[in-house]
Amino acid sequence: MAEIAIKQVAKRFGSFTALHSIDLTIADQEFMVLLGASGCGKTTLLRIVAGLETPSQGEVWIGGRRVDHLPPRERGIAMVFQNYAVFPHLTVFENIAFGLRMKKLPQQEVEGRVNRTAELMHIEQLLKRYSGQLSGGQRQRVAVARALAMEPDVILMDEPLSNLDALLRLEMRAELKGVLAASKTTTIYVTHDQVEAMSLADRIAVMHQGHIVQAASPVEVYRNPAARFVGSFIGNPPMNFIPAAKAADGSWTVAGLTLPGPKSDKQTIEFAIRPEDVDAGTEGLHATVRVVEPLGPHTLVTCDVEGGLFRAILESNVTVAVGDHLRLLPKPDRIRWFDPETTNAL
Amino acid sequence: MHGKALPYLLLTPATLFLCVFFLFPFALVAFEAFTRDGGFTLDNFRTMAGSWKFPVTVRNTLLLSAVVVPIQLVMALLMATMVSRLETGRSAALYIFAIPLGISDLAAGLIWLAIFDQSGFLNTLLSNLGVIDRPVMFLGYQSKLTIFIAVALAEIWRATAIMMVILVAGMGLIPREYYEAAEVFGASPWKRFIKITLPLLRPSLQTAIILRVILAFEVFAVVAALGGTNLPVLMGETYNWQFTLQDRNVAAAMALFILAISIGFTLFFLRVLRVPKEARI
Repeated sequence: MAEIAIKQVAKRFGSFTALHSIDLTIADQEFMVLLGASGCGKTTLLRIVAGLETPSQGEVWIGGRRVDHLPPRERGIAMVFQNYAVFPHLTVFENIAFGLRMKKLPQQEVEGRVNRTAELMHIEQLLKRYSGQLSGGQRQRVAVARALAMEPDVILMDEPLSNLDALLRLEMRAELKGVLAASKTTTIYVTHDQVEAMSLADRIAVMHQGHIVQAASPVEVYRNPAARFVGSFIGNPPMNFIPAAKAADGSWTVAGLTLPGPKSDKQTIEFAIRPEDVDAGTEGLHATVRVVEPLGPHTLVTCDVEGGLFRAILESNVTVAVGDHLRLLPKPDRIRWFDPETTNAL
Repeated sequence: MHGKALPYLLLTPATLFLCVFFLFPFALVAFEAFTRDGGFTLDNFRTMAGSWKFPVTVRNTLLLSAVVVPIQLVMALLMATMVSRLETGRSAALYIFAIPLGISDLAAGLIWLAIFDQSGFLNTLLSNLGVIDRPVMFLGYQSKLTIFIAVALAEIWRATAIMMVILVAGMGLIPREYYEAAEVFGASPWKRFIKITLPLLRPSLQTAIILRVILAFEVFAVVAALGGTNLPVLMGETYNWQFTLQDRNVAAAMALFILAISIGFTLFFLRVLRVPKEARI
């Protein structure tokens, strides 16, 4: 059992606050992804859990034990580093065995575990090589094998796939998911790649400027962004936002269309819709087509709506040309509303 | 101009310089060592080895190196580790540690002479503290051990910093992620030093040790200042043959002998501390 609880953790570097009072609980065996742009504090949070960074305030609990005052080696964790940190002076075998040797496990046990994890990561034929003789993808496998060999309660991963080329990343992603699910560890995984986050995570914690904006399942984060930032960060292309003016109580006018919405004292709020959640038809938002990109399965159309950019993903059999006037009808159950001041969902 | 010739052309001045001022005199010395009265002979080496002082100088020099270099190595590692850990004032600490480097070896010898001399600081201090009634002759001809210790101290004081500077540079080249990985995977600070720092520092250790060992074989001025002729060393003996005994052929043979053991030890350390190509950072 290794539930991770992060309680009111903050980190300040001089006058710069990297993390503002973070609260996050990660269930036993859960795969939690910390997602955010660079500089959002996700790596700092991971390093605080690892013990490589000391929090300015707050507590970190792993498996019911408070660990924030303990050195990393006493926290029952293993870690995969962004640059792999495969020791250059040791063979692959000794790299994987490093943590086991530090634990002073008997040689037989060490060999058993190294061979088992090497097989799992398909690197059993590389055990006698040095890091300098490996490709990036192979080093990555060694780094993961080294972490798995520890049979840890918790595995921390700091952008482990970011240095691989696109194809390899796809392959490793699927493999990691399988291997980690089988290992029954609690995982915290840091990435700036939303596709990686969506595909791997049980839950995604979206981070922005030192805050966790939303922590929820990938579908929930995608469908129901808790804040404007989440909608604009996740999804490719991201969510569309259009200002909405009050028509009546609980009714809002958006680009020539009057829609039922939340009750609010405000005169304007923001209407939001995902590009794939609109249909071209005879009624809907008034849009002028600027760019048409046929992508095969569907067509990406960039339009001008109320003077702002609006992207719509339409069926590929819809014929549109630049300059056309379109009416885009949003699917009613997919419409979201945001408060323009707090940027939170209404 | 032909592209292939350009690098060689650019190397020519330096090569010429080395040939004229290094290789040529070296060849002359080697020639002198193997000749006497115009004919080829090994007599110079026989004379050198036959002198009663020769085994003493060899022993003193090797003993001095064997004592001084390991102590310097340990101290340099300690100092380099401390300096590398500093977050502020790092360069200030480096400069202060490196001050003795700026002092010539003879001056260093004289500084330590001023300490150990009969009317030196140490005697003054001890008599003021009431430990001794009259000045002690620390560096007299009967007290070879104290001379040895004084020379070793002066050498350690003078030349540890050069090793430290090399090691600090080497430590700076070790990526921090390796330490973090070692820390996460259970290595205590001492284990990290043994398992990460030392092996990854091998190229720098090699340079530092070779440089120090060669310099230790060439120790001269410090010994001359502190021990005079009471602690004969190889370089002192070479000087002796050249200027006191006026036998340049034997002096040349001595010089070649020092060169030979320097090369021998260099090859030894190159071999022992070799890093296989595939295991480099």
